[in-house]
Amino acid sequence: MEAATARKIRVVVAKPGLDGHDRGAKIIARALRDAGMEVIYTGLHQTPEQIAETVIQEDADAVGLSILSGAHMTLVPRVVELLAAQGVDDVLVTVGGTIPAEDIPQLKKLGVAAVFTPGAGTDEIVEFIREGGEARHAAE
Amino acid sequence: MATEPRQKPLEEREVEFKTMSGHPIEPLYGPPEAPADPAESIGRPGEFPFTRGPYPSMYRGKLWTMRQFAGFGTVEETNERFHYLLDHGQTGLSTAFDMPTLMGYDSDHHRSLGEVGREGVAVDSLDDMEQLFDGIPLGGVTTSMTINAPAAILLAFYVLVGEKQGVPPEKLGGTIQTDILKEYIAQKEWCFPIEPAMRLVTDMIEWCSENMPRWHPVSISGYHIREAGSTAQQELAFTLKDGFTYVERALERGLDVDDFAPRLSFFFNAHIDFFEEIAKYRAARRIWAREMRDTYGAKREESMRLRFHAQTAGVSLTAQQPLNNVVRTSLEALAAVLGGTQSLHTNSFDEALALPTEEAVRVALRTQQVIAFESGVAGTPDPLGGSWFVEQLTDEMEAAAYDYFARIDELGGMVEAIRRNFPQREIADAAFTYQREVDERRQIVVGVNDFVQEDEDETPILRIDPALERKQTDRLAATRAARDAVAVEAALAELKSAAAGDANLMPPIIAAARARVTEGEMIAAMQEVFGTYTESPVF
Repeated sequence: MEAATARKIRVVVAKPGLDGHDRGAKIIARALRDAGMEVIYTGLHQTPEQIAETVIQEDADAVGLSILSGAHMTLVPRVVELLAAQGVDDVLVTVGGTIPAEDIPQLKKLGVAAVFTPGAGTDEIVEFIREGGEARHAAE
Repeated sequence: MATEPRQKPLEEREVEFKTMSGHPIEPLYGPPEAPADPAESIGRPGEFPFTRGPYPSMYRGKLWTMRQFAGFGTVEETNERFHYLLDHGQTGLSTAFDMPTLMGYDSDHHRSLGEVGREGVAVDSLDDMEQLFDGIPLGGVTTSMTINAPAAILLAFYVLVGEKQGVPPEKLGGTIQTDILKEYIAQKEWCFPIEPAMRLVTDMIEWCSENMPRWHPVSISGYHIREAGSTAQQELAFTLKDGFTYVERALERGLDVDDFAPRLSFFFNAHIDFFEEIAKYRAARRIWAREMRDTYGAKREESMRLRFHAQTAGVSLTAQQPLNNVVRTSLEALAAVLGGTQSLHTNSFDEALALPTEEAVRVALRTQQVIAFESGVAGTPDPLGGSWFVEQLTDEMEAAAYDYFARIDELGGMVEAIRRNFPQREIADAAFTYQREVDERRQIVVGVNDFVQEDEDETPILRIDPALERKQTDRLAATRAARDAVAVEAALAELKSAAAGDANLMPPIIAAARARVTEGEMIAAMQEVFGTYTESPVF
């Protein structure tokens, strides 16, 4: 139990789709790293398949998907499906970006734990992921 | 031995007085800060070093072009929006392409799924381009196209639409962005490795200098560098350095600087720090003029005269209390005008949420019209020239840019600096620093970290109908079915062989466009020769 809580939280920060807006993703990646987590940033232009594979290979506790292209209703469900198909159901999935309010309930229904929209504070995001990561470690 | 702290000259609020770049602002500016030799460093509008503006009469002679960036869905929706904007008094067109088009994928490519028409208009082939400009006489408008890695292909499409309307290339006026260096630095939409991408840019500069005297083949862009989180100083320095790099490549190609430099133009951000932005534009003109004359041997004034388009800062818009964005955009637009812009896009108040609705676009255009026709600021060139504060800031911006030039030169020039992630890292650091300031409320963003309003009404947003993707892939299928497959294969083979050699690629690209070869097919063919690009990101 002690060893489990001491283990670093592992987070994949991912940019699915074709949009090149990586300002937010990189700020979050750095804030998570500064908070003591192990951060794997996928870089740009990732397919959902590549992201799911990275999450599984890295044994991540959480994945943050950053999308500012309006393609979230295509890309997010696909990542979630691919993870589920591999039997991964305990990874915290969060989404950040320009997500219209009316799309958020549907994303949550798919299993997205939180959606962070423009103006969300970095500390709020870091705290959410820390709690989720610690809960996953505690459950092991 | 404690000494009394020096008395502050005036009572001040407990905030840090500095520009967005972090440069301290003194309690007062006055005659001691006046420029030593104003005739040389400032001069007159329309005269070297153009600090006060590229033209003698500025807006007394001609107002800036009001050019709203537009594009979404398929070509039909965007064509309709173009007509709407022209009917409401807009004076130039500006095309936003969707992500697949920017990345060189056709709409039916598996990577395009969910992205077609979302952030701009989908254009796959000449058929689409003809429809996009349907009913718009290309001889009578100027058009800006925001596309970079596949720019040569979209330029070919545009030239052929002109041809169909009976307008020859030498009569077409407008701008295509083509600035690939800032893609690797900031906007991150690429198709090829840096070197072949630079060759394509140089091919376009060369071809346009011979065939399209009214066209701007490159719009050297700081906008995206700033949106990615840079400071104003970094935006200025990296953009100008990118510009010098294109000049050097064209000179290496054997072109005469005065044949192509007059057609280079710039695109800057208009951010919220009012005076720093104005200083940035003034410093940009002065640096460009001096370097073009003294370093690159330009003789014609047109080669030294920096002209630019400005767009208000998308990143300054807030999703919270979106009507406040009208105010932000007005201030930013005013800075661009006082800084002497040649054309301007004002963002719409709902753009932190989605692509803009028609109403929001109209308010944005009206903002420019109020500045132009009501405020009186267009009455005299460079009205802030001679302000102790603005002149001092202009000098400081210039000095900061030269510091960056020296650091980039030490790394071996801009291309090498990009390979080593230098500008990328500088921008990421600046973006992170700014975010910390907002998080810690050292930087106030009204409605976000102060003056917050609970229970806001939802703002209506533009929804892109998912059925448009199907409509576009159907259009593309029709194009593929109707064309001569043998001609397509021949054109692609010709393009590949030209790519493997060193001839100018514009002629084979135009030939392929004429044969209805799609954008994605041309890019894939060139990638077979050139390869692709993957970055190693820094954060």
